[in-house]
Formats: sequence, C-alpha cells, structure tokens
Amino acid sequence: MNRAVEVLAPGPMTLLQDLGRFGHLAVGVGRAGAADAGSYLLGNRLLGNASGAAALEVTMGNLRLRASGDLLVCLTGAAAPASVDGRPVPRAALVEVRHGQELSLGMPVAGLRTYVAVRGGFSVPEVLGSVSSDTMSGLGPEPVRAGQVLPVGDRTEGFPVVDVAGVAEPSTGTVTLDVLPGPRLDWFADPERLAQTPWSVSSRSDRKGIRLEGEPLERHAELRDAELPSEGMVRGAIQVPPNGQPVVFLNDHPVTGGYPVIGVLRSASVDRAAQLQPGQEVRLRWNL
Amino acid sequence: MTPAPDSVDAVDAVDVPDAVDAADAAATGSVSVRFLPMGEAAWLVETDDIESVLALEAALAPLLRSGEGVWADVDDLVPAARTLLVVARRTTNLADLANGIRAAAGRATRGAPSGTTTVTEIPVHYDGPDLDDVAAHTGLTRAEVVAAHTGTPWRVGFGGFAPGFAYLVGGDPRLVVPRRTEPRTRVPVGAVALAGEFSGIYPRESPGGWQLLGTTDAVLWDVDREPPALLVPGTTVRFTEVTS
Repeated sequence: MNRAVEVLAPGPMTLLQDLGRFGHLAVGVGRAGAADAGSYLLGNRLLGNASGAAALEVTMGNLRLRASGDLLVCLTGAAAPASVDGRPVPRAALVEVRHGQELSLGMPVAGLRTYVAVRGGFSVPEVLGSVSSDTMSGLGPEPVRAGQVLPVGDRTEGFPVVDVAGVAEPSTGTVTLDVLPGPRLDWFADPERLAQTPWSVSSRSDRKGIRLEGEPLERHAELRDAELPSEGMVRGAIQVPPNGQPVVFLNDHPVTGGYPVIGVLRSASVDRAAQLQPGQEVRLRWNL
Repeated sequence: MTPAPDSVDAVDAVDVPDAVDAADAAATGSVSVRFLPMGEAAWLVETDDIESVLALEAALAPLLRSGEGVWADVDDLVPAARTLLVVARRTTNLADLANGIRAAAGRATRGAPSGTTTVTEIPVHYDGPDLDDVAAHTGLTRAEVVAAHTGTPWRVGFGGFAPGFAYLVGGDPRLVVPRRTEPRTRVPVGAVALAGEFSGIYPRESPGGWQLLGTTDAVLWDVDREPPALLVPGTTVRFTEVTS
C-alpha cells in the first residue's frame, strides 16, 4: 500500500520544507528552506534519508497526523511533548508509527519549530527545484491543511544507523548569538551597543525575519537621513531600519533590502535564532 | 574586541591581490570593486554604479556556469543598484572567492554587450492612470511620454522586489520621475510603470508606489516556463505601443 500521512490538525502553521531554492535570487526568488536547517538535516540523517528530503516544519506544535501504512518518523528541533496513540515518544529518535496510529505534537516547551521527518521524505511536487513553502514569494505548497494527505516518498540513502541522537533542547532562557561584521557596520555610531543591549524577540517575528526590541541603535549623525540603495541580502543579516530596532533575516527574507546591515549571524546561530520564542531574551556577541 | 567602524577594513584585509591601479583601470575599462563582508558565505561587492555592477556580473556569470574551482561553491549573483552580492556555500573559502572576483573585475568591461543579450519586445496599452502626472513631472505631453518610453531600449538591471520583477535601466533620461506620494494598495498584473530612473512591470497584482503608464499582456512570471522570468539579466527590453 502507498504510505502517507493524513493531517488531522495542522496546528497554527505547518509548512513543507527542504533545503530551499538555489540560483533564482537574481529574479527575486529567495532561498526559503527549513528555518532551523541543522535540526531539519538531523532528522533526515537519523532516518537514513537523502539530505534534501522534504519534512514538515511545525511552528508552535499542536499537530496531529494519522499514518497510512507503517512509518518511521523522527522529531527534531523544538521540544514539544509528542505521543503515538497517547504513548509518549522521544525527540531526536526513531519512532515507529504503525498504520492507523496517530502522532500528536503538543505545544513546544522549548523552541518554536519542530521538524517532523519521515523515512523516505514527503513526496510533493517541486517548484524551481524545491518543495519549500516560501511565505515571501508565495512559491511552493500552501500551508498544510486539515484533511490533507501527504504521500511518503522514497528519498532514502542507506539505512538508519543510530536510534537516538544526544542533542540539546533549544534554550528557554537568554540565548547568545554570534555575529560577524556586516557590510554597513560603519553606518552606526556605536556598534558595540548591539552586543551590550539585552534584546527581546518581538511577537511580530516570522520566517521573513525576527524583530528584536530594545534600546534603539543609532547611526552616525551625518548618516541619520542617508538613503542606501537596495542591495542583496542573506539569511542571518541584521538589518537596522530607521527606528533602530534590528531585524534578523530568516529564510523567507526579501532578496534585496534598503536598510543598512550592521552584522550577519553565523549560520549555526541563525538555526538557534529560528527557535526563539516571542518574548525570549537575546544577546548578540561580535565575532571579529 | 570592539567592532569599531574600521573593522570592515580588517575583514577586507584577507589575502587578496591589490586592486588594479586607477590608470590601469582606465586603460582596460576594468571595474573597481570594494569587498564588504556579508557573513560566512558571501561577499557584497560594491562598485561605482549600475554599469559597473552589470559589467562585473557579465564577467562572473560564465565562471559560475563553468563550475570550476571556487566557482563550484557559488550559487547566486544578486545585482543591485551599486552592489553585486555573490552567494556561496558555507564551506567556501572566502579569500579564494575574493581573489576570483577581483581577477574577473580586472577583465570586466563597462558598457560591453553581454554575451547572452536577447531583445524582448513588450507591447503596452498606454492608458495608465498616471500618464498625466508623468507628463506634468517631465514637461512632456502624453504622446511624448509614450514616444520616450518606446523610443529607447531598456536593459534588465536587477530584480528583487518580487519573482519576475526587473528594474529596467538605461531608458530615456527625461523619464526620471518620483514615486507616487500615496502608494496604491492594488496595482494590476502587467502594469508598466516608472519610478526614479527605472521602469518596471508588475509580474502579479500587488501594492505599489510606481507611476503607472499602462499595461501589457506579456507574462512576466510563469513557474512552468524555463526560465520562469521573462526578463532575465542580460535582456534588452523594447516597449511598443499597442494601438487598437
């Protein structure tokens, strides 16, 4: 029988994601892809999947799925209480979900985005080489809906070798992220303030960017009203609009932007940023 | 360590050859470049103007296609008004990449026709709601605005606003107009517009603040087409008036 999952409840937002789209930035199509790339890749690795096999990115949990056929599943990223037919199952481990059984994911206790990977990956049509839902351009599949049936594919590479990986849960306390100097660092009066300020994650954060709230960053006086011609942006870039409140670009960021970028997060720090909950405290640390 | 404003220079101090000197640049028409850091896997290469950006892009594009050496790591070039963003894989060697970009910049020729130039004709119904405003801004009549828009070929400068949207450059210099003071909440698909020195065509319905000259039936973006974007880098655009 063809293996699949039926979506009983999608939670607040569940998206299909993979490594994203490459080679289309110049025509305005961003990378998209799994926001916490490390957790997404871990799930595929544990399952013996090809590294780009499609998985579900579940924001704020509350997902319920029913297996059609016997499935091997792995949950990574945000730590949310999970169960199969009411029996608790561990995170970052191989979990059997038998035909007709229900996998249920509660609200995350740590982190924001849980990845639900299945052995073989989900089989959905690609757009420009990726199944990723891009919330900026609208490319890729719509958010997952209740009643939807997602076929399971055959994107495996070998067999699972370990049953469980010892990975730390995302932090619920203050998170420190590593920042490299950005292209417009010299626009700012005191860049050290980026590292001295305790920042708070705004609830108006999404896959396009994480808005940080705190004491505004100021530009040099002579650049206060200066306009920057739009320039290409990358995931992890920290753009500072005139209000001085930094925005950390996530995977669905605009391809170009017109505000100065003070710094760029290291890639591993972007993964951790993607797990920040609204209201969580963030510290930035310059890597020079 | 405190990231003083001059720390950008420290990042630029990777082991790359010196830029060709000014006299040399004038003789060869090469493009002067400044390397700005953009994280673990990219360079934001700043040049003097859009002509230099396009010349550098034209010099780098064949290297990307070759996939040789460090170029195997590079996935994207993102041209913009004064910069070219070069995006590579995380495992790339940024110093090697800077070397490669600098060497290509030394060979780049401003204003040289790109090897892949295609000419795309865009038929336009010049009945847009802002024709009178554009006429007023430019001191031209409506007919003269249309003649100016159709009379000079435009080139694809860069994208970035939405899939398939291209900032067109190199048009008639009389057509420089400000954006509308009140952006529209809804601009129809295919709207042909002006803002600043640029012309552009809305690939889908969206909000927008550009001055609308008319509409075209040309399909700017179709994911089932290869390539999906009608206006790709290197394309020359000729607007023509539809009279019906």
